[in-house]
Amino acid sequence: MIWEIDLWLMIILIMFAILALEVKDLLAAVGILTGYSFLMALLFAEYGAPDVALTEAALGAALTGIFLLVTLRFVSRKDSDGEEDS
Amino acid sequence: MTSRYDSLFLDVVSRAIVPLIQIFALYVVTHGHYDPGGGFQGGVMLAASTILLRISQGEESYRRFSPSAGLYLAGFATLGIALWGFSSMLFGGTFLEHGYAIPGIDGVTLRYWGIFVVEVLIGFLVWGSLVAIYDGLTTGGMDE
Amino acid sequence: MRPMGVLLVVLVCGFFLWGTGGLPERGDPEGPAHTHVAVYYIENALADSETYNMVAAVLADYRVFDTFGEAVVVVAAALSVLLILLRRREDEDVPDHRSVAKGMGPEAGKEPGGGTTPPSGPVLGGDS
Repeated sequence: MIWEIDLWLMIILIMFAILALEVKDLLAAVGILTGYSFLMALLFAEYGAPDVALTEAALGAALTGIFLLVTLRFVSRKDSDGEEDS
Repeated sequence: MTSRYDSLFLDVVSRAIVPLIQIFALYVVTHGHYDPGGGFQGGVMLAASTILLRISQGEESYRRFSPSAGLYLAGFATLGIALWGFSSMLFGGTFLEHGYAIPGIDGVTLRYWGIFVVEVLIGFLVWGSLVAIYDGLTTGGMDE
Repeated sequence: MRPMGVLLVVLVCGFFLWGTGGLPERGDPEGPAHTHVAVYYIENALADSETYNMVAAVLADYRVFDTFGEAVVVVAAALSVLLILLRRREDEDVPDHRSVAKGMGPEAGKEPGGGTTPPSGPVLGGDS
């Protein structure tokens, strides 16, 4: 448990989360979300919970990305969030 | 059904890496007594290897591991855990109390093997369920 | 509207941060999470089930009913996805109002008041 690693991982984690919300291309959002899950797995491993880290790395960084990409083939790729209600 | 990509590199690399992923996944499933890991994590890795084959190999992967096989795997694994639990109810314990599952064997050894049985069955269950979800998503709206 | 929302977020965040100060330290041996049943698991997991990994012993022996419930949830999720996405093809022209999956198939644009977003391009699995 090294607090510098904790601090930087959390800062990068929050940056990734905001970036995944703000980006317009949904494919890029899926990629950023995968990176978020991987950083989350690093954080769990650093907290001393290797079981949770293994689950997060396998589920969040691999399978959720695949499922979101498969879903993305059915819908429009651009985020149409901002044009309607702003 | 997804079709196969005409890329030699993708073909060769996926064929080479899938057995390694599956061996590591089986290690994670069966070695839960000593290392971090267990049925859920290993099952997710097995599902990831199967989905990699689905993406890179196309039709042949569906012939080897048919879309309904995932659901059968998940259902029979759930039934297996339930039967294991009911067997310990039959011989004097409560539901899923491993120490009573088979009469005549020492309770501590039986609990060791009960953990093993539950982990392996949960690995198969997660494998089948996630592959079934992937098949449902890729064939969305159409049957088979 | 918008400054009120920001103020509300800041207030709630401050409240939670203030409340976090009352929690015990991470890994505190006197904390409530480490004094009740966890002590029994730590002391008896190896003797009870010959399992060196305490997490596996808790997940698959002491708390196996909970694990079984999670597994049933995973199977139910897979069944729900298949039930929503895979439909029989013979009711394509008959509008079926009980179907949850209305608006996802290739005929979604033809429904009178139903589907709003027809999928663009060929549906996966239609060709090949």
